[in-house]
Order: sequence, then C-alpha cells, then structure tokens
Amino acid sequence: MNDPLKTGGSGLLDELYREIILDHYRRPRNHDPLKTPTCSADGANPLCGDTIHLEVGLDDHTIEDIAFAGAGCSISQASASMMTEYVKGRTVEEARKGAEAFQQMMTTGETQDLEGFDDIDALQGVSKFPARVKCASLAWKTLEQALEGGGVASTEEGETSHD
Amino acid sequence: MTITTPEVDHQPFDIERIRRDFPILKREIGDRQLVYLDNAATSQRPVQVLAEMTRFYRDHNANIHRGVHTLSVEATDLYEEARRKIARFVNARRAEEIIFTRNTTESINLVAHGWGRKFLEAGDEVVISEIEHHSNIVPWQMLRDERGIVLKYIPMQPDGTLDLEAARNIIGPKTKLLAITAMSNALGTIVPLDVLVPMAKEHGAKVLVDGAQSVPHLPVDVQALDVDFLAFSAHKMLGPTGMGALWARYEILDAMNPFMGGGDMILTVTMERSTWADVPAKFEAGTPNVGGAVGFGVAVDYLSALGMDAVRAHEVELTDYALRRLGDVPGVTIFGPPSAEERGGVISFELEGVHPHDVGQVLDTHGVAVRTGHHCAQPVMAALTVPATARASFYLYNTPEEVDRLAVALEEVARFFGGA
Repeated sequence: MNDPLKTGGSGLLDELYREIILDHYRRPRNHDPLKTPTCSADGANPLCGDTIHLEVGLDDHTIEDIAFAGAGCSISQASASMMTEYVKGRTVEEARKGAEAFQQMMTTGETQDLEGFDDIDALQGVSKFPARVKCASLAWKTLEQALEGGGVASTEEGETSHD
Repeated sequence: MTITTPEVDHQPFDIERIRRDFPILKREIGDRQLVYLDNAATSQRPVQVLAEMTRFYRDHNANIHRGVHTLSVEATDLYEEARRKIARFVNARRAEEIIFTRNTTESINLVAHGWGRKFLEAGDEVVISEIEHHSNIVPWQMLRDERGIVLKYIPMQPDGTLDLEAARNIIGPKTKLLAITAMSNALGTIVPLDVLVPMAKEHGAKVLVDGAQSVPHLPVDVQALDVDFLAFSAHKMLGPTGMGALWARYEILDAMNPFMGGGDMILTVTMERSTWADVPAKFEAGTPNVGGAVGFGVAVDYLSALGMDAVRAHEVELTDYALRRLGDVPGVTIFGPPSAEERGGVISFELEGVHPHDVGQVLDTHGVAVRTGHHCAQPVMAALTVPATARASFYLYNTPEEVDRLAVALEEVARFFGGA
C-alpha cells in the first residue's frame, strides 16, 4: 500500500467474494448430518458469532464421509463446504496437510500447489482482510479438533471487541 | 492561561459549516467518499479539538501539580480548566465532582471498586438491565463473585424498550444500586430515567447512569436527573480516545475508597501507611492524560456552542428519515423502538439472508462505515435471537444524503448476495 488513504474499493471485493465462494455459500456441499459419525467437533468464532458443527465418518485412517452444519458469514460457511469436499475420501494425514496448506495461504496470501485445492484457492483473497481470516479458518480448525477426538474449537481465547 | 474556546458559531445548526470542521469526512475509501456511520463506537474529532491538543503539547506541555515552573503551572491550569468545562457541561454542582478516567468502562469499574467494595455486602442487590453494554455488566458480575451481592436484570421487551412494570417488582428494599444505561449502544433505546430513578430513590438506592451513548447526544443535567454517578467517554463526543469521566456527588466521592494507589492520590506517605488526597485527586493516581483532558474540554466547548438541543433535534430528524428510508429497502429488518423520539441516532438492522459481516464488508467497498457484530451487548443479541446485527449510528455531521448512500449500498448488497 503506497498511499494509505487509497485503500479498499470494489475491485478488492471481487477478490474476496469470488463466484465459487458465493456458490458454496448458496449451495453448501455435505450439509446433511451423518447417520453414524465416528467423531465430531464444534467450532465457534466468538467475535463474529460464526459456528460450525462437524461430523466425520472415519474408516481406519480414511475420511469416508463428512458433514457440516453451521451459521455465519459467507466466508465461514463457504470455507466449511469447500473443506468437506476436499477432505472427503482422503486420509487423515492428507487432511492435516490440507489444513497446513490452508493456514499457509492465509498467512502468505499465496495459492497452494495441492491437488484438489482449486476451489479452496479462491479463498486466497481473504488473506487481504485480516478481520476475515478467522472466518475462513474456522472450518479447518474444527476439522483438526474433530480428528484429535472432538470437543470445541475456538478462534479466540477471549473477547476483544470494543464497541 | 486558557485554551481558546473554539470559534463555533454555526447557529442556526449549519450542517455544511459543521462538516468543514471534520476533514476526515472528505476522506475517500477506494474511489468513494467516506460515509462515517460508526459514531456509537467512536466519533470523529473537529479541527478545533485537534488544534488545541497540538497547541498544548507544543506550547504548554509539562507534568501537572506541585510544579513551581511556569509550564507546570500552565499545564495544571489547563487540566483543571478542562475539569470545570466538563462539570458545567453536565451541570455538576462543583468541578471536583468530575474525576478524569480513561473511558466509561474505567469510570464504572472505579465505582464498583471504590464504592461497591466499601459499601455493598453479601445479599445486597444491584439492579442492571438486559440492554446494558458489557462494561456495565461485567464489573458487577465480578463484584457479585467476590462479595456475594445479588445481580438482577430489568428485562428487555421485544421492541428493545425496558419492561418498566417488571422493574417495579425488581427494584425493592434490598436494592442498593441501580446501574443503568441512558441509551442502549446496540439498539439506541432511550431509557426513561425519569421513571426508573424515582423507583430506586424510593428505596434509598444509589443510581449510576452509563452515559457513554447519551451524554454525546442528549442534553444532560445531573442535578435534574437526581442520580449519583454518571460515567461517560470523551471519544464518543468529539474528544480524544483514552479519556473519560466519572461524575459523582461530592459527599459520595469523599466517602469512597481510592481506586488505584500511587502518585498524586496521596496526602502523606510513610513507610508504614499513607493517607489519601482530597477529591478528585484521590481518584487520579499517576500522571493523567493532560493533553486528553484539554481535548475533552474543547470537545464540550464545541458541543455547547452548537447547543445539545440542536444536536438532538438534528439527530431525531435524521433518524426519523433513516428509519423510513432503510425500512423501504427489501429484506431489511430494523431492531429497537419504532420511533425516532424513543431512540438515539442508532439503527441496528439485519438484511435477510446475508450475514452482518458480509453486509459490513460490502458496505465498506461503498465507502460506508458501519459496525457489525454483537456490539458488546450479547444479552441483547440473545434476546433478539440473532448472532449479530449491522449497526448504523449518526452524529451531528451526518446528512440525509449519507443515509441515502447507505440505503442504495444495502440494495447493492442484497443484489450481490441474491440467489441465496
């Protein structure tokens, strides 16, 4: 940013809300609860009120099935939908690699050279909006929580809102 | 030694001249001119405040009290002059009744520590309401957990007003303090203090008013209100951040314990013990925000020059227009009292099918700054059964054209996320 007084603008908006993201938001994939989940976890982003409930069906080390439910902004829910599509049918190890790659993308703003990551790469623009990184990351943090045996994932230790 | 009273003669209320005093309003966000509608979070500052704060640091800066050199005497005079200005602004009986703090939150915590811990015992009741900001909930919960006091809430009705009939049953002989906002930051609800304060006084309870939202926007007279404590912040009323005030009756302040210990708040210190300075120094430990106090003083000069009745009238007119204009946007639901007379210039709303954070993000690309989230009022969000809202809040420099910009941008948001 050369001129701090010239930030924002609608070009950035298109970068944040790519069409594929809005598509996942409007038509979330893997949204029906599993009949027999082997593990589950709940994630919350206290600052925004985003929530995600994740159910995983593990067969040995493979994520045979996965489903999410939740409420929140388009970024948080689209990211969850994309995450479930990516990890379904992959091994736990691959899913963890995906989570790492996602975190990397949020930190560096660079797309990840990972097979099957194409849709998820569309979230790359989120890295330019620090306030929204937590929204995008919630699904992956909840997944890690579920794979570690369940419980509650939070993007915050405590509340820091000032209004 | 005086800081110049700002040259504000915008009578009658001249919005174009007022806007010229706030250069930030000309700021562009991307290629759009800023529409600043986040005044309930913090207001902007006029050039008069900025200039006098700069002049203080440039020409008069020194630490205050006990200094014998010229600058220290000047800085002390300016600090105490600011106290007198703020005392006059709320119609305090004497300037010493104003304690400078960092903000409303610190003012309320000062009362919880200095008064609550000294005078409240297990079983005593503190009554607050469901529409309080977290800063007027958490200090009392902490005191409850420490001292075993009982915390009671006056419930909110679906339209965002308080249930006054319920209040009549909740406030009783065990009530020692009614701690209540004068205006909800989340919904704009103006609380009828003229009804609630007598209920508390009837039982001999003290009354603390959270004036963070009301003091910047409504005429305030602590003597007419007949309350005991009033907490407010400079940064929501044209002054600097990091600056707030507590007004309280002198005799109450005199009886209270200090809040923090340190320099400036003592009379004598020996190795064994210390004795406290008089009010207000007793509550102002350490070097205070002298430049901030100067700015605060100029901010109330600015508001006084315009006249708080005129400020209120402008905001009622604008809010009335905004309620109608936003109400016409398809999919918009507005929370809180239906009429502009019952609320401050705060409009909390949701847009069907679009999360408030997405609303706020898209509005930003239109240059429109609103706040989204729970507004530090999670009990209000729970009562409305929403996780969050978007909130537009106005001040004396906002215009109907800016309300139109918000409405048009909201229509764009609905289109952008349409098809959900």
